[in-house]
Amino acid sequence: MTENRHKSIGLSDETAVEMYKTMLLARRLDERMWLLNRSGQIPFVISCQGQEAAQVGAAFALDRSKDYVLPYYRDMGVVLSFGMTAADIMLSGFAKAEDPNSGGRQMPGHFGQKKNRIVTGSSPVTTQVPHAVGIALAGKMEKKDLVTFVTFGEGSSNQGDFHEGANFAGVHKLPVIFMCENNKYAISVPVEKQLACEKVSDRAQGYGMPGFTINGNDPIEVYKYVKEAAERARRGEGPTLIETITYRLTAHSSDDDDRAYRSREEVEQAKSNDPILTFKAYLKDTGAMDEKMEKAIDAEITRQVDEATEYAESAPYAKPEDALTHVYAEEQ
Amino acid sequence: MAMEMRDLPKKETKDQMLTIVQAVNDGMRTLLETDDRIMLLGEDIGKNGGVFRATEGLQEVFGADRVVDTPLSEAGIIGASVGLAVNGFKPIAEIQFLGFIYPAYEQVMTHVSRLRMRTMGRYTVPMVIRAPYGAGVRAPEIHSDSVEALFTHMPGIKVVCPSTPYDAKGLLIAAAEDPDPVLMLEPMRSYRAKREEVPSGRYTVEIGKGKRVKEGTDITLIAWGAMMPVVEKAAEQAEKSGISCDVIDLRTLYPLDRDLIAESVQKTGRAVIVHEAHFTGGLGNDIVSMINDTSFLYLRAPIERVTGFDVPVPFFALEEHFLPTPARVVQAIEKAVHF
Repeated sequence: MTENRHKSIGLSDETAVEMYKTMLLARRLDERMWLLNRSGQIPFVISCQGQEAAQVGAAFALDRSKDYVLPYYRDMGVVLSFGMTAADIMLSGFAKAEDPNSGGRQMPGHFGQKKNRIVTGSSPVTTQVPHAVGIALAGKMEKKDLVTFVTFGEGSSNQGDFHEGANFAGVHKLPVIFMCENNKYAISVPVEKQLACEKVSDRAQGYGMPGFTINGNDPIEVYKYVKEAAERARRGEGPTLIETITYRLTAHSSDDDDRAYRSREEVEQAKSNDPILTFKAYLKDTGAMDEKMEKAIDAEITRQVDEATEYAESAPYAKPEDALTHVYAEEQ
Repeated sequence: MAMEMRDLPKKETKDQMLTIVQAVNDGMRTLLETDDRIMLLGEDIGKNGGVFRATEGLQEVFGADRVVDTPLSEAGIIGASVGLAVNGFKPIAEIQFLGFIYPAYEQVMTHVSRLRMRTMGRYTVPMVIRAPYGAGVRAPEIHSDSVEALFTHMPGIKVVCPSTPYDAKGLLIAAAEDPDPVLMLEPMRSYRAKREEVPSGRYTVEIGKGKRVKEGTDITLIAWGAMMPVVEKAAEQAEKSGISCDVIDLRTLYPLDRDLIAESVQKTGRAVIVHEAHFTGGLGNDIVSMINDTSFLYLRAPIERVTGFDVPVPFFALEEHFLPTPARVVQAIEKAVHF
């Protein structure tokens, strides 16, 4: 029997299985979106595949009733954990009027949903980082013990906005968790051509915060580090930088062909460490999930993805005149 | 200057004689006093009171939590302000010189101006960005930029530019009350040029409304900010040769006061637009288009533009040659009138 690591950090079997379900839902939705894209039904996909453990592990470690998340475009696991539904994701993929992110105005993956404190992002990467800092500053001003959680890739940790935001948070000791999902490629350029330092977490030192590099394929480990960072933030001890090492199992997007820059052997090797498979095996080995539960979860998720797809497919598009709304406050 | 400001009565009297920069200071003081959600962010704005003294004394009164000396990091200032606004605060961010906004331009273009649209109004960014702009104070190159057109081009943000102390305070308070983000350009050349009576307490100048500063019949002169004194001087000179000028201070650069422009040009049949920004892509082009759309058949002469040239603002020894002068404006007036 494998060592039960989730119980030792205070996670029940039920919560661990809930995390697995959320990871699997993200994976199956993503896979469905690729099928829809390849059959010409949706214009674009940008994937979470391979990074679900880091996303879900982190999101579950936050207070999902009051913390803010500022995800980047791969973070389907984060937003599903924070209350977005399968139908919400599909409505965005189809760019339908009912898409809760933006009513079909933005690319899929540009998540935003005020009721769940998911703050919208923009296509130039990492520009949401200083927003997390400002939201944390607002929380501190109001003496709320909220934490803001912002994610980005290793490539985008080179952007000025990351450094300006991290420094601001460090100087003002703000409750921000900076989480890098290091999937080893910024589209085609590998990490060794992105970073002059060895690890993204080395950058934490420059901003007066602790930095950790951890296994992003293990949701239990990610949960543990993010939980500690959140507790530190709530105690007023400031921000943390966590680098989760993952791998992007798909091409960068539906418009990218990764065969130009990654060997098939490398991708196959990564697939053998697919966090969906390894976490499933772990849950079964520890007895948290049995064969019957696994089958029931599979069936339930397939049903959810089917229903979400059908719902989004038949939902109406926005009216042309909708493009003219919400640029400025509407006349009273 | 600093002593003068401290010596001014703050609340006791109804009106105070203030310069533009003092009126901006008084506007922020009024906002901080009356709205807990107002915060000021910027470089050197706290202990130092701002490089132009616009925030003089405010950190002493309202504390370092509400008047925040930020790291030297423009994208950080604007980005953190977006986060504050998203979470219910009303930040007023100072960019030390408008030309220093370029590192934060991305934040303004992709977030400040678009968050509302992107989220269908669920998240909004009610914030004010203040920036001294323009040449004429012997500041080098980037410090002298007047690039309002970069911002009037992007939907989702409003742009105001006062030329008087009264308007400076009133527009600042209106900007802070506005549900949308507002960029307020402050004419640094006019910061201390003159004083006028400024009411104490809260009042606003409506965003989107220009002001006729002189009534006339022969030609319309349109300008804003630091170009207003230039245009007013030109109007005085033109009057001496019997040309009566209708002088408009736009005050808001987006949205433009279409009605006021049309009404004036339809009366005079001629117009000169004056801005210190570069000629190509300048806001003058939009005003010409607006006059064509509203008043083409009233025109008695082609519309004239007097602007900076299509070169970066030159260093101080040459800036007088770059900036529009009363003489250049008078030349344009005469060209239009004698067409």
